[in-house]
Amino acid sequence: MSDQANEIRETIFSTLRAALPQDRPLSDSTHIIEDLGLDSVAVMDFVMEIEDKLDITVPLDKIAEVVTLGDLIATVQRLKQAA
Amino acid sequence: MALLDKYAPVAEQYRQLELAGANPFNVTFDEVLSPTEALIAGRKTLLLGTNNYLGLTYDPAVVEAAVAATRAAGTGTTGSRIANGSYGGHKRLEAALAEFYGRRHGLVFSTGYQANLGIISALAGKGDHLLLDADSHASIYDGSRLGYAQVTRFRHNSPDDLANRLRRLADEPGDKVIIVEGIYSMLGDTAPLREFAAVKREYGAYLVVDEAHSLGVLGETGRGLAEREGVEADVDFIVGTFSKSLGGVGGFCVTDMEGADILRVVSRPYMFTASLPPGVIAATEAALHELRAQPELQARLNANALRLYRGLEALGFALGPEPSPVVSAIMPSPEAAFGFWAALLEAGLYTNVSLPPATPKGLALLRSSVSAAHTPAQIDRAVALFAEVGQALGLLAGAPGLAAAR
Repeated sequence: MSDQANEIRETIFSTLRAALPQDRPLSDSTHIIEDLGLDSVAVMDFVMEIEDKLDITVPLDKIAEVVTLGDLIATVQRLKQAA
Repeated sequence: MALLDKYAPVAEQYRQLELAGANPFNVTFDEVLSPTEALIAGRKTLLLGTNNYLGLTYDPAVVEAAVAATRAAGTGTTGSRIANGSYGGHKRLEAALAEFYGRRHGLVFSTGYQANLGIISALAGKGDHLLLDADSHASIYDGSRLGYAQVTRFRHNSPDDLANRLRRLADEPGDKVIIVEGIYSMLGDTAPLREFAAVKREYGAYLVVDEAHSLGVLGETGRGLAEREGVEADVDFIVGTFSKSLGGVGGFCVTDMEGADILRVVSRPYMFTASLPPGVIAATEAALHELRAQPELQARLNANALRLYRGLEALGFALGPEPSPVVSAIMPSPEAAFGFWAALLEAGLYTNVSLPPATPKGLALLRSSVSAAHTPAQIDRAVALFAEVGQALGLLAGAPGLAAAR
């Protein structure tokens, strides 16, 4: 696992912990909608925070493809490398 | 697993509302009596949630225009304008809208929802970028999914955040199209349009403003927020609806853009749907005439809006950030919103419930909308009923539930 992936994971997890009303276990296999109970707008709001922290753009169609936190980490990593 | 099992959680919520005998998403007006009153469950009810901003649905000239056009041209067009032809009325209404806005082109769509679908999906193609305000209406989100552009959200009403996102996209090829609304339908707040226009100019983007809730409501002649803010020249496309201030159904777009007529054969929501019936078209043109001929309607509407806003504010309700014909009280929870809504209806006042994800920031809203047709006495009665029900439910200022919601 690269340092960059770890860094992105840490950013995503800490942003999510701050956004969730209660503490929940987070891992790469966590389902963002089913396990965390976020609705579609809450997911987009959370991704907006990630965009600003990492200075990238995550287009909405990319968010639609994301199911787990692992998917999100991989997507963000690809975008970060492309940037 | 049955086909609809995926909706089990929402189906259960819906069932609970039906069981309670008070489902805000399944209300029938047995008889509509006027722009401000209807019979609901046998009770005469004051309507405070219809978006009938100018109260033109019963205007005699508007009704007569609909009747006359229906007698003359029939009940429906039975086809699309591309495949089956336009009626003279469609062309006349488009010309009237273009003239009202001082623009070269006017396009009429069959609903306001389709106007956003049709314009947004057609303007931004593959390789282009759409930038949407985060609080955009569902039709704007759906329009962005119908097309092939990359879609980016920016923070609600934040020109700085928009600029930051345009900066990130600056090196990417493709046109950038920004979409904002005049008045946001959930909290009634307006966009900082002058600042957005400045960002648009700085980055060479295009600007689309949805004036669905601001047509007839804002601006000296009722053209909306762009008129009020003096930035109409910076707005490349104005989108709007006939179903609020104009009291009918349908949507439109006006623009000065060269070659805009091509949208008629590339915009799928324009092409592949039946055109509006003659009665609706004639009523809309008549309503637009009344909107222009009776500026006192806008003045009365905004006086009523302010009266309701100040009244609910004085009771201690947390409201949207500025007075507007949309007045939403922020409730501590969806359950509180349902309870409050049902008690108001029982007392003879009809409002709306709005819940996430349709609302921003996960808010549960008890949403009201005001009409020019309301009398000040009706507004006062509505405020009194909010006070009575709020008291009974422990949801007035200082009550723990409401304080927690702030």
